[in-house]
Amino acid sequence: AAMAAKRGTDEMRERVVLGEFGVRNVHTTDFPGNYPGYEDAWDQRRFEEAFRVDIIREEEGTLEFDMVGIDAAIANAFRRILLAEVPTMAVEKVFVYNNTSIVQDEILAHRLGLIPIRADPRLFEYRNQGDEEGTEIDTLQFQLKIKCSRNPQAAKESSDPNELYFNHKVYSKHMTWVPLGNQTDLFPDADFRPVHDDILIALLRPGQEIDVLMHCVKGIGKDHAKFSPVATASYRLLPDITLLQPIEDEAAEMLQKCFSPGVIEIQNIKGKKVARVANARLDTFSREVFRHEGLKNLVRLARVRNHYIFSVESTGILPPDVLVSEAIKILMGKCQRFLNELDSVPME
Amino acid sequence: VQADGTDGNCVTFVLHDEDHTLGNSLRYMVMKNPDVEFCGYCITHPSESKINFRIQTRGTLPAVEPFRKGLNDLMGVCQHVLDTFERSMKEYRAQR
Repeated sequence: AAMAAKRGTDEMRERVVLGEFGVRNVHTTDFPGNYPGYEDAWDQRRFEEAFRVDIIREEEGTLEFDMVGIDAAIANAFRRILLAEVPTMAVEKVFVYNNTSIVQDEILAHRLGLIPIRADPRLFEYRNQGDEEGTEIDTLQFQLKIKCSRNPQAAKESSDPNELYFNHKVYSKHMTWVPLGNQTDLFPDADFRPVHDDILIALLRPGQEIDVLMHCVKGIGKDHAKFSPVATASYRLLPDITLLQPIEDEAAEMLQKCFSPGVIEIQNIKGKKVARVANARLDTFSREVFRHEGLKNLVRLARVRNHYIFSVESTGILPPDVLVSEAIKILMGKCQRFLNELDSVPME
Repeated sequence: VQADGTDGNCVTFVLHDEDHTLGNSLRYMVMKNPDVEFCGYCITHPSESKINFRIQTRGTLPAVEPFRKGLNDLMGVCQHVLDTFERSMKEYRAQR
């Protein structure tokens, strides 16, 4: 009975259980004093022994990695910082000299702001509050100057705009960098341009032209979503599926269909088909098992509380691993800021 | 940062320009401290970006101490996470 009780508390501490109609054990409860017999006070050494990071997959722009042994509060802090507080450069001010296209000025400015710019934000400073002009250490200048004209060589009856007109599609590759001040010396081999060349900005017809000058500044996602460096950053907890009883034959087949492919595998033991959990990580937890009366009570669906599977997709400005490192440094910076304030302001 | 309270044991800090990002993670680190009797944070109004962070200690420990320890512990966690992450990235890239 003591062993069962211990298993029960272990489950409460380590697993988030998905019941038929709700989720149990959601909150972290392992604080000192809650469980007699458990050492819950913060111990950096114990944390370091239990903590690990496993990189699962890294492709261009996407990173999938596991963080094991950390709590939800801190993992969520990293996710929030990745979305909203890692700075990037994006177009903020658009000086419109000539815009005779049918895209309105403000719509054009909005679209230009959302284009990701390949410029390492760590090389630049934030712009000062009231500064309208912008200096060379905090601003990147781009120019977009394009005019659409008719193609005299086009065939008489053709209706394909690609043949009829020159420059009728305005792409992000038409944005050119205009160095300010001493930027050519500061960044001799830098090539500041939009991350993707084929973002369609506007469509033109002969006689229409766009002539704008753009200022890019450094900003964070909290201010405007165009500054967010990730396409998305998310995490999920590692699924944990336990079969409470051996499941055989037809029930095994039905069980396999209830989960995502690859999660349950059927083995042939002594002529009987027996189900086994092969790879719980692949499951997306649609809870299909709970719709079958016979299988409902034979499976326990849970998630491991401190195992986070992060998936970070970058927009291309910075590689995803740099983004994660920057996010962690930003959280450290926040703590440092308050520590400095604590030390400098005398507490009464 | 602004603090007021009756005696040194229970103090409410007002942290400006902060939200759940620091609030929840700091609350977790301070709760892990066995001297802390109560720790919580709340966002007074979602339009204003400030949080009320309250710490109450058992005994006579001044509440600033768990706050400072929590911040230091959180920095230690971040530093270790950063080191582990960068080490894992290097290993992953080396064996690919």
